[in-house]
Amino acid sequence: MTLMLALQLCSVFGITSLLAFGGGNAVIPQFEQQTVSVYHWLTAQQFTDSFAIAQAAPGPSTLIVSLLGYRAGGIWGALIATAAMVVPTGLIVYGLAKVWDRGHGDKPFRHALQDGLAPITVGLILAGGVVVARQAESHWLQVAMTVVATIVLCATKINPLIVAVCCGFAGYLLGA
Amino acid sequence: MTPNSSTNDVADSPGPVTTDNVAAAPEAEAPPIRATAWDIARTFNEISLSSFGGGLSAWSREMVVARRKWMNDAEFLSAMTICRILPGANQVNLAVFVGTKLNGLRGAGAALAGLIAMPTLLLVGIAALYAAFQHSHVVQHVLDGFAAAAVAMTLQMVWKTGRTTLTSIVPIILFALTFALNGILRWPLWWTLAVTAPLGIGWAWRRAHRKAAVKSAGAAS
Repeated sequence: MTLMLALQLCSVFGITSLLAFGGGNAVIPQFEQQTVSVYHWLTAQQFTDSFAIAQAAPGPSTLIVSLLGYRAGGIWGALIATAAMVVPTGLIVYGLAKVWDRGHGDKPFRHALQDGLAPITVGLILAGGVVVARQAESHWLQVAMTVVATIVLCATKINPLIVAVCCGFAGYLLGA
Repeated sequence: MTPNSSTNDVADSPGPVTTDNVAAAPEAEAPPIRATAWDIARTFNEISLSSFGGGLSAWSREMVVARRKWMNDAEFLSAMTICRILPGANQVNLAVFVGTKLNGLRGAGAALAGLIAMPTLLLVGIAALYAAFQHSHVVQHVLDGFAAAAVAMTLQMVWKTGRTTLTSIVPIILFALTFALNGILRWPLWWTLAVTAPLGIGWAWRRAHRKAAVKSAGAAS
């Protein structure tokens, strides 16, 4: 872990976190571009695998940054990347939570901000899914698996973990 | 209605008098339900570890509102809204917000640590195993399966949030434009937002003003 790498991790994850309007999934394409194309910390395949692991594992899926940091600089890389991702925005939320209840609850600008950004957020989340899918899905069977899993998730209230385990098992069967 | 009725929304009543009251006599306000840092950290750790494969916001509500009764539903939902507007991971923001309300800076730190400490260690362990086994064909195929499920979860999120937000032509255009710029043309996030965010906020702002104008016209007649 060099100082240079630590600074790069801080800038990639710290700056991106401040632009992550609409949650961690909205900046997946940005992470992919920075960690794979710009810094070459990991390959596109490894990025896709990291995304899958972070989604399936317990905890916020934004902790994909721990995996990306681990790839870049081992355990310290993981800790620095995670801290860079959560501390700056955490401080903003802390500051806002302190003042929120002092009668500023119904400013019209807040509503405009939320209503205006909502559809943009949905577009960003879809872009993240498609970017990951394009790298992962070379085989038509995998595309079919994604389609089936999406339909099952949208149409039922099944625990997503069950779907993830089924997909992992199906992948195992297809590969065996 | 008396200006200082015994409801807990003292801060919402108008005028600077309220502010003075709060500053001078905070005990007049309904006392906030507080929790120890340890209790907050434990609760968010439980939320986090329960959320295998997603459902983190549902688990947050279950623990914070239903079980611990730290907030009521209205408080919790407005907190979620605030955390969605702010940059950063929504669930991390929500934990910090709830922690701050319960126990200030200590609460915020406790909630954050509870939410991410164990999952981060778990993930690093998984990553180390993955590094050892990534060239195994079996592991690669299982991960391909997980990737398909992860993409499916993302698409389900688009479906769920899209059904409530893409309700007229303008939001649909904003959605499609954002997706095209960021997902197809691969524009960086800030360029994409520089184009779409002013359009979106401007649209919502004008719409709110039009609604207000209609309302006041209706009230006047």
